[in-house]
Amino acid sequence: MDAILIAVLALLGLALAFGALLGYASIRFKVEGNPIVDQIDALLPQTQCGQCSYPGCRPYAEAIANGETINKCPPGGESTIQALADLLDVEAIPLDAEHGEEKPKAIAFIREDECIGCTKCIQACPVDAILGAAKQMHTVIESECTGCDLCVEPCPVDCIDMIPIETTLSTWNWPAPKPSEQLIATDRGRGELFDGSAAGGSQS
Amino acid sequence: MSRIWNFHGGIHPQENKQQSLTIPLRQMPLPKRLTLPLQQHIGTPAIPTVKVGDKVLKGQRIAEPSGFVSIYMHAPTSGTIVEIGDYPVPHVSGMSAQCIILEPDGNETWIEHQGVEDFRTLEKAELAEIIRCAGISGMGGAGFPTNIKLHLSDDHIVNTLIINGVECEPYITADDMLMRERAAEIIGGIEIAAYLIKPTHILIGIEDNKPEAAVAMTEAARTSKLNIEVVVLPTKYPSGGERQLIKLVTGVEVPHGQLPADIGIVVQNVGTMSAVYQAVHDGKPLISRITTLTGKALSSPGNLEVLLGTPIADLLDFCGVDSSKQSRLVMGGPMMGYTLNTAQIPVIKTSNCVIAGTLEEFPPAPPAQSCIRCGNCEQVCPAELLPQQLHWFAKGKEFDKALNHNLMDCIECGACSFVCPSNIPLVQYYRYAKSEIRNEQQEQRKAEQARIRFEARQARLEAAQQEKEERRKARAEAASKAQAAKRKAPVTTTTDSAIDPEAELKQLKTQAAVARTKLKKAEKALQEAEQNGADNIDQLKQDIESAKQKSELAQKAFSDAENKAPAPAAPSLKDLKVAAALARTKVSKTEKVLADAEAKGAPSVDQLKNSLQKLKEKAEQAQKAYNDAEASETAGNVSNASSSQGTQSTAASTSAAQPIDPPQNDVKALKSALAIARTKLKKAEKALAKAEEEGIEELEDLKQAVAEQQAKTDSAAAAFAKAEADCQTAKEATNQGPDIKALKTAAAAARTKLKKTEKALADAQAQGSASAEPLEKALSGLQAKVVQAEKALQEAQAQEATLA
Repeated sequence: MDAILIAVLALLGLALAFGALLGYASIRFKVEGNPIVDQIDALLPQTQCGQCSYPGCRPYAEAIANGETINKCPPGGESTIQALADLLDVEAIPLDAEHGEEKPKAIAFIREDECIGCTKCIQACPVDAILGAAKQMHTVIESECTGCDLCVEPCPVDCIDMIPIETTLSTWNWPAPKPSEQLIATDRGRGELFDGSAAGGSQS
Repeated sequence: MSRIWNFHGGIHPQENKQQSLTIPLRQMPLPKRLTLPLQQHIGTPAIPTVKVGDKVLKGQRIAEPSGFVSIYMHAPTSGTIVEIGDYPVPHVSGMSAQCIILEPDGNETWIEHQGVEDFRTLEKAELAEIIRCAGISGMGGAGFPTNIKLHLSDDHIVNTLIINGVECEPYITADDMLMRERAAEIIGGIEIAAYLIKPTHILIGIEDNKPEAAVAMTEAARTSKLNIEVVVLPTKYPSGGERQLIKLVTGVEVPHGQLPADIGIVVQNVGTMSAVYQAVHDGKPLISRITTLTGKALSSPGNLEVLLGTPIADLLDFCGVDSSKQSRLVMGGPMMGYTLNTAQIPVIKTSNCVIAGTLEEFPPAPPAQSCIRCGNCEQVCPAELLPQQLHWFAKGKEFDKALNHNLMDCIECGACSFVCPSNIPLVQYYRYAKSEIRNEQQEQRKAEQARIRFEARQARLEAAQQEKEERRKARAEAASKAQAAKRKAPVTTTTDSAIDPEAELKQLKTQAAVARTKLKKAEKALQEAEQNGADNIDQLKQDIESAKQKSELAQKAFSDAENKAPAPAAPSLKDLKVAAALARTKVSKTEKVLADAEAKGAPSVDQLKNSLQKLKEKAEQAQKAYNDAEASETAGNVSNASSSQGTQSTAASTSAAQPIDPPQNDVKALKSALAIARTKLKKAEKALAKAEEEGIEELEDLKQAVAEQQAKTDSAAAAFAKAEADCQTAKEATNQGPDIKALKTAAAAARTKLKKTEKALADAQAQGSASAEPLEKALSGLQAKVVQAEKALQEAQAQEATLA
């Protein structure tokens, strides 16, 4: 009888101790919000353009966390879809054409002598990248513009252009080497035989 | 002789250095044109300080640094600046960048310059400033500004200064030649560097394939008071790499993510030391360098002292290039250099070698095969990386994994591709992966910035919204409090009818209306009863009587009150306008009802006609009242006299205080009237078009209506134009500024209209519509208007300018 009682009491004691420990841990180490939303948000391009039909990148990140498809972000394009697919362990699907297509990166430019100072573009800019005041000329802060297009539509005199960002010496990137390994052995020496410049100078 | 260590890997490619060492150093003659890129170094491009057309002297400063990591530029010879523009520069991409173009005058006139007799009398900062002003950047590798490397902050204690005379890449002999010819200058430069950074050891690393240079340097070093040691190293590529050289001569490895300066070591190229010597002793800035010209396509390969900015084509011609044999032009060495697409690019501060190679010398790369995992690349990698693994990651675009495998420590020496039996362009994969990673990081930074700004904006908007909401709540509370106070003291308010006569009037009006409705209902009931032959007709008649009485009473009370009401605040223009509009609407409604009744042959036609007549009269009255009021108000505004109605005198007095405002309001009113007229005209035209399409007979009527509307619009436009002109002249008298703005806006609006019309015209033409012709006419009119508007704007601006 005693043995049973001791066993019951011991187990009860253990249960209480661990319960208290777990209860404390659940309060002390509580995770605020959904961490996956932050991770998704970090992968999105933060143009805040709303082409995904959500009002900004974070709302779309929240929607993705709740099961929305990952192919609604044209500014991010294929690379963002790939990154999201890797993060969420789902299959990468092609970009949904309904929400627009992947365009080369551009920034807004205001033709300043045509600007009438209506401030409509300033109100539309999600990142406060347009400077100006009522009846004063407006201008875009180039380094802050995300190229979201949202200022183009409201302009009453159509003086905003989206200018694609040109590659300069400092932004130039090495291209990916052309894969030529599909060649079978008998094709050796024929492939890029006379394509000297493509092979680069690193090989003597 | 100090001990020599070893570094991992390395290769032994064919040296090919003898070709360019057969002839001693030659001086390149003055070219016709010098192209000086603003970026010849790592960091930000320099900013030109000269203009096109300026005459410059040899050694004169022509560009200044734009930041900390940036350098000065000097004219390599005397002459004229003929252009500042984009030209191809020495870069792998083959792209163009900003260059200053200098046309030499052939005199080689030096700007006044003076060296320092004894640099030891100078402060370190002064000496570093001299080096900075001479525009010296590293001449061996990437071109890092030398003054930064030689004038480190105090927390860097340098114990070893290593002078790099290794020159491990095949073909290149520029440093070899420099050491043979100017060993004393190099030692002089080393003394200056040693004075600046106070090292305990000074080592000069030279490969054992340059015995003459090593002998010359050893002899020159003996003349110096400093303990300079020449270390002869076994030939191995890439022992000239900064980190590899440090490992070779000191046995120390620079940790990942750190600079040599962090472990107390500074490495300088021999060419840089010679430039430092010239800058300090002779006061000469860096305007020339020694460049190797080699390759089997040249008849006389060798080393040339070249002015910076000399086109490579000139150098090739000087060395007797056989363009039929030349298959590939390489800038730099065969291991780390890059192919040039054109010879029209200049020599810059880092150009150490140009190779005009033949097809046998530089055969095209054979096609890459699959990796066979032989591991040769790992065995030759001087950075001790896993090239094969990195290759897979780069190919699979798994850049984060490549990063974890220390891809960024790759020095891109090309040893791995050199030994690869499958001819895989490994270095290209690494370069691609590196730039992708850098790109991604930059985009990440930009996205982070955008996110922060977006959130800040969101917070700001929310705060503004909340503030608005709070204000609204406060107002609502105040209003409810006021109402409660009113309810508490109802006696005082109701007895004193003078306080709120309008409300009372309204109430009475409602009562009268209610009474009338009741009366009507009763009459209707009576009619029905009569028709049905019901027996309660008498009762109903009585009801009607009483209702009539009540209604009359109410009506009387209302009219009494209305008359009594203390001259109700002069009905504003707006009210009158609304009243007129209401009357018109009523008239049209009644007309419609009348038409219906006539169609049905109802007996109430006469009655309706009567009421229509009355309504029409009323409408006319209302319109007239409105017109009068408007006229009087404008008159009152213009003359600034108090209007006939006493209550308006206050308004007039306020308008007297602001003499410019009323005409503006007037213009505005006229503008809106004009717009309305235009809209009406458009509607009428539309209706006409529709009618024409449908072939309706009232075409004539409609046409007339359109014409009338047109006339009205024209008159409105005229009135508007006149008023505007008046207003503008008034404004011009007071202020010129807004006028220009207005003109600007007008011009912009005109331009926009013009664009729209052009578009419409194009559409119309495309569709072959008949409206193309009138559109064309309108377009030409608009064009004339735009021209006019712009002219007016220009005139106004000119006027303002003269006024200013």
